Amino acid sequence: MSKLHTKRTFLYTLKASLVITEKNARIYYLKAPVIIFGILFPVFFFLAFALGKKVIPFILVPGLVAMTLFFTSSSVGPLITPWERNAKTYERLLASPVSLSSILLGDMLAGVIFGVIISSIPLTIGILFFNAKFFHPLFLAGNIVLSSLCFSSLGVLLASPAAEAPSQVMMLSSLVRFPLIFISGIFIPLDKLPFWGKVIAFISPLTYTVDAMKYSLYDLKSYPAFINILALLFFSFVFFSIALKMHRKNLIKVL
Amino acid sequence: MSESSVIQVSNLKKVYGKTVAVDNVSFEVKKGEIFGFLGPNGAGKTTTIRMLTGVILPDEGEAKILGIDIKEDPISVKKIMGVVPEVCNVYVDLSSWDNMILTGKIYGVKRKEREEKAEELLKKFGLWERKDEKTRKFSKGMKQRLILAMSLIHEPKILFLDEPTSGLDVQSTRMIRKIIEELRLKGKTIFLTTHNIEEANLLCDRIAIINKGKIVAIDSPEKLKSTFKRMQSVEVAFDRIPEDIRWLHSIPYVNECKKLGDKFRVYTKDPDSLIKELVNFAEKNNLKFISLNTLGPSLEDVFVALTEKVEAKYHE
Repeated sequence: MSKLHTKRTFLYTLKASLVITEKNARIYYLKAPVIIFGILFPVFFFLAFALGKKVIPFILVPGLVAMTLFFTSSSVGPLITPWERNAKTYERLLASPVSLSSILLGDMLAGVIFGVIISSIPLTIGILFFNAKFFHPLFLAGNIVLSSLCFSSLGVLLASPAAEAPSQVMMLSSLVRFPLIFISGIFIPLDKLPFWGKVIAFISPLTYTVDAMKYSLYDLKSYPAFINILALLFFSFVFFSIALKMHRKNLIKVL
Repeated sequence: MSESSVIQVSNLKKVYGKTVAVDNVSFEVKKGEIFGFLGPNGAGKTTTIRMLTGVILPDEGEAKILGIDIKEDPISVKKIMGVVPEVCNVYVDLSSWDNMILTGKIYGVKRKEREEKAEELLKKFGLWERKDEKTRKFSKGMKQRLILAMSLIHEPKILFLDEPTSGLDVQSTRMIRKIIEELRLKGKTIFLTTHNIEEANLLCDRIAIINKGKIVAIDSPEKLKSTFKRMQSVEVAFDRIPEDIRWLHSIPYVNECKKLGDKFRVYTKDPDSLIKELVNFAEKNNLKFISLNTLGPSLEDVFVALTEKVEAKYHE
């Protein structure tokens, strides 16, 4: 195949991914599981922990923004594939001129956009009412995009088991996502965690989002800023690569 | 392989665990042909169509669509084909118009063209009046018509239709068959799998019969029927049913005899001699003929004979 043909195919599949993103946004953003698990649940969960306690802005705001990013970005992916399998639209999509990686990229981008839009709400609240400032605005933007990329890749990975009912996948994704919020420095700062807690926090991508958020909004940090960026890039790559492999492996089981 | 072939399949194989779903299947489909793919449930039809449409990869063998290997360049191949999978649906949260436009976008059809084509197809398929309604409330027949319309938005050269009329009402079935006929007249090549043997008989130029993952016959419907001469039959009805029908079995040339309501179907290799014997019998017993028809083997007879033959061989 010529280089020109490869380039055209690449551009075509990229465009197809964007069409799939648009389709996902129109169909899935307003589905009940996305609203419940992606927006309402983290808000109520956070309020349940924060209310009645003395509000410490540099813990509250980065934690809330990070948690919103985490839940919203990772809530779209686990819904799409099982929903499409269940609704019998998946095979036609696979038969159309898009590769599986384009489909998953489209699913991932839908999560990214959803995460970025919704997380702007707690971010605005933090700036208006809790003394958060744009200490490092470019870094903040990069962190939001990279974190949502990382979490939506996780969402796509969570959609890979060969389950047809969306509820099964949502249950699994909750099982994976909830423990992460306790070990990522949202409610307990990293330096107050015991040694084993710090070790576990190290392998949670959410840790790096929270830390980067503190740095962006309050100029505080536990890790060097570039470590946070590298870690989020690393996790995004790993999650998406495993997701692609798993989706490919389970493809025939779900047709 | 012939140059006029648009689909060229050689030694295609797919294995799931210990089951060989498709076993060294080879065939060609010529330009402008309606090629029927028949087989009982689990014979390997859908697996074959999935490999040809790039949904799954073959384990062995080669499939070329217009000379392009599906494994090497699946995107280019998928662009030139329209697909209606066996198990599929439209997006029920979108209107029929939005479903058409979405498909057009995925296939890279330009805006003006896809809007014109969407309008033309929705009108043709009787869905234009309800173009803005969400398809959630559409009947199965309407959804299937929409799926077929969606598969045509990019003007494909080849169509893969997997059971397109299965479970549909009479009107939708007739409309889809009529459109398949029209597409043939436009020179499209159609790969059709169906359980409905009569449908295959009416529509297809050639038919492949697959059983247990292997192709057991490929030919035109009439040629397939003519190879089963022993399955020719005479259907006879008298004004009263003879008391003793054992005589039928004693007539030479009779392979098999069945009573069907008030008539008999007698299978024979020699209808001429059998009719003469029947006339003698009627005269002797003072019977009047109500009807007397000679029948060739139906495609269903051929299908059953071929698949049962493989079944018997399989169990040996």
